[in-house]
Amino acid sequence: MIYRTIPIRRVKISIIDVGIILLLFAFIYGIISTAKEWREIPTYTLNISLSPKNLPVYAWFSILRQFLAYILSLAFSITYGYIASHNKTLEPFMIALLDILQSVPVLSFMPGVILGLIAIFPYGRIGVELGSIVLIFTGQVWNMAFSVYGSMSSLPRDLREASEVFNLSPFQKFLYVELPYSTIGLVLNSMMSVAGGWFFLMACEMFTLGDRDFRLPGLGSYLQLAAIKGDTKAILMGLATMIAIIVLIDQLIWRPLIAWAQKFKVELTARNNVPTSTILMILQRSTILTRINQVIDTFMERITNRFSKKEYIERRVNPFPILKFIFLGLFLIIIGYASVRLIFLISSVPVSMWGEIIISDLLTLLRVTIAVVLSIAWTLPVGVTIGMNPKISTVMQPIVQILASIPATAVFPIILMWLINLRGGLSVASILLMLLGTQWYILFNVIAGAMSIPSDLKEAAEVFQLKGMERWRRLIIPAVLPYLVTGAITATGGAWNASIVSEYVHFGGRIIMVRGLGALISNSADKGDIGVLTASTIMMIITVTLINRFFWRRLYWLAEEHYSL
Amino acid sequence: MAIIETKNLTIIFDMPNNTRITVVEDINLSLEEGEFVAILGPSGAGKSTIVRAIAGLIKPTHGEVLYRGKLVEGVNPGVSMVFQTAALFPWLTVLENVEIGLKAKGVPLKERRERALKMIDLIGLDGFESAYPKELSGGMRQRVGFARALVVEPEVLLMDEPFSGLDVLTSENLRNDLLELWIEKRIPTKTILLITHSIEEAVYLADRVVVLDKNPGRIKQEIYVNIPYWRDRESEEFLRLVDRIYSIMMGKPIATKPSRPERYGIPLPHVRVGAIAGFVELVAELERKEDIYKIAEDLSMDLADIQPVIEAAELLKFVDTTGGDISVTEIGKVFAEADVLEKKEIFRKQILANVPFIQQIIQVLKNKSNHRMPIEFFIELLETKFSTSEAQAQMEIAIDWGRYAELFVYDEDSKEVYLEEEIPESEKV
Repeated sequence: MIYRTIPIRRVKISIIDVGIILLLFAFIYGIISTAKEWREIPTYTLNISLSPKNLPVYAWFSILRQFLAYILSLAFSITYGYIASHNKTLEPFMIALLDILQSVPVLSFMPGVILGLIAIFPYGRIGVELGSIVLIFTGQVWNMAFSVYGSMSSLPRDLREASEVFNLSPFQKFLYVELPYSTIGLVLNSMMSVAGGWFFLMACEMFTLGDRDFRLPGLGSYLQLAAIKGDTKAILMGLATMIAIIVLIDQLIWRPLIAWAQKFKVELTARNNVPTSTILMILQRSTILTRINQVIDTFMERITNRFSKKEYIERRVNPFPILKFIFLGLFLIIIGYASVRLIFLISSVPVSMWGEIIISDLLTLLRVTIAVVLSIAWTLPVGVTIGMNPKISTVMQPIVQILASIPATAVFPIILMWLINLRGGLSVASILLMLLGTQWYILFNVIAGAMSIPSDLKEAAEVFQLKGMERWRRLIIPAVLPYLVTGAITATGGAWNASIVSEYVHFGGRIIMVRGLGALISNSADKGDIGVLTASTIMMIITVTLINRFFWRRLYWLAEEHYSL
Repeated sequence: MAIIETKNLTIIFDMPNNTRITVVEDINLSLEEGEFVAILGPSGAGKSTIVRAIAGLIKPTHGEVLYRGKLVEGVNPGVSMVFQTAALFPWLTVLENVEIGLKAKGVPLKERRERALKMIDLIGLDGFESAYPKELSGGMRQRVGFARALVVEPEVLLMDEPFSGLDVLTSENLRNDLLELWIEKRIPTKTILLITHSIEEAVYLADRVVVLDKNPGRIKQEIYVNIPYWRDRESEEFLRLVDRIYSIMMGKPIATKPSRPERYGIPLPHVRVGAIAGFVELVAELERKEDIYKIAEDLSMDLADIQPVIEAAELLKFVDTTGGDISVTEIGKVFAEADVLEKKEIFRKQILANVPFIQQIIQVLKNKSNHRMPIEFFIELLETKFSTSEAQAQMEIAIDWGRYAELFVYDEDSKEVYLEEEIPESEKV
């Protein structure tokens, strides 16, 4: 009998392949020269220049930081998610920890991270650079880890059983089953995370800690410096650069990634309307990438074969049961030590300060609430209109997506210029910034909710002539509510986090702040007052968690219970 | 020596509400070389649980599974499995899906590819090697499931209702192709175990049919099929055997142990009132006693689907089934001819006489001063006997029947049942 071999693609180099190779070289060169600079040029000799000449280089530095932070997040979230979903003992601790870490604002990590890394890498600016990367990482990673955990612990039963019956080794199961299954969620969360990274870029590239001033060359510090100096032209140029980069990344990376990720959908009917990407098609036709892909496959094959020999299959039991206890013990010791230190730190905060913290907390709560209410007020009608009308939807979706990808912090200085001289200007501006940063979560969810209304219900509403208020009450609100709540949960969390950059601003050579928890956190981070920083961070965590538990989750539960279709 | 043997296999699930459900009990089964065995049973009889225990996916609570005389711990090394849903990895191509078991065994690339392609040819998937599962029809997808299971050359092939998700023609086609591979010994498989709820399928394919009882799943009887392949579904002996197996399935459970006193009546069949009424009317129109198997065919329904309807009608004494035949009772005849209001009246009487659980609900409501009760109360009672989901389902059926008979009213918003006379709070203005 003759069996066909799988056709190997033609070995023909096209223009696209040449392009890909050149890009690769450029990338490698960029990394090497950046690494050299990191090692040799320390921060304090560095001056950020507002000359537009520097913008491309700054942009590159920022992109590279985001990229490295993202790689770090990816590795961390996969590892963390995998362990949390596979180890029944650690699972509850790890998930509780994740829940807490998620509501810690980026700046609260700053002193620990920066001081620690500078102590480890005292030369050049590696310490500060790594610190900045870790800060961006802390803003990106948690929801990604949640997503991996969620996917891996909800693997469909038949797929799990199939991988067991066919004796896949744990590593093979991870590679061929669990990781693919987690991909879609991970890609969507990665998009959100990286967008969050741009939002906090300014805070992560330029900050003070006590009497030390850290600034790293990058787009974020360029924008911040421009804002401090009140240089409108520079602000606009920086902003334009940033938007260009974001749009480019969206088209060149996220679109293709999302289109590619569709193949990991566990859904056995072909759908219309699947996301597609021209770039992806071009890449998939490239000879070089096909080759690279094959090499990776072969390499993975070697590794998995090494682990899947017979004897390995037969002993699936943990050879060192004691290791588990050692790890668990270490884990508990670290947690215990950290808690003790935390208690000491907090007890150093004077009682009068606690009063201030509580009042600030309430003020910020008020701002967050206003921002979220305003967001809902405008996104609900707009989102429903877009979602229920396919024609408007095709035109508006891409526009909304580009608008949403502009980091509000970059626009912030411009808003401030208008509002700064008004009474309560910053208060208004800070609500506006929260609104700008978080309304999109709600809008996207409302659109999705409106699109999910089955057409037979819409038709029924028409037949019974439901109009105006009645139509909203009977048809739209019930359908959209669960989605709206999901969006609002994310938006509320985002708004609290945004308070640290919106209530405390370096602008036009001075510091402007309003009373609020975000300002308190920023200010204490600036001054290096770790006691107050910790206390107010904990306050924020508690508030966010309580609101989620007792308000949003309940509302969500109610919406699901009554209106889910 | 038997290739697979189960000894007193018993599986008990711990439910979240601290009750324990015995899914299967004392299963003694053996698969000999060259045998094609079918396990037949109604839903809820634990068919899938038995297969999963043999595959080593579920650990027996008591008893053991032996593979060639050796105790199976962890995944059974001699088996391969075909799933009801095919359970293909959507992100792998047909070829990659088929190769996965070989990959796990560490078979080198060249040999692996050769074997996978050979199996793909054999199972009729030629030309689809690089397709993804979602590009395939259900039948083609299940073929990939078969190829993936067979390519590792298992001694034992386990099949968990592999044809039940497919349409009639496709499943017939696939059944025959599989049977051909098996009869002509073109696959090295030594024995096959098929799970099914279709009597006809079991008799068509298997050498031996094992009939299960439900709640808990126990072996009721084993029947040898001594009809040579290829079997003719229309033949006298085929039909007779199907009939016989049907009466065994419907017959009274074998009492190997004294059964526990039933406090809430037997579990209510998952059937709405409408289906019962329609069915009784249909049976009443028949001139004479009719074969149940025939009725299912006339309605072009699966026996497994119609069975709960028959059970419900029998529970309410509208029909009588003896020996695989069905006839309408006197009360059933009156019921079938009654108008809407009379129907409700008769239904009410039959419920009060035959469904202790609904009687109990009414008793509880009468005793309460406000005549209302949250349904959680009854669900909790049911949970002492059923799993949480089954308790919910039982409550739903009880509400459906009770509402129709106007024995009580149910308020979905407050999740309470109450007696009719009272005006509910929510309607007082």
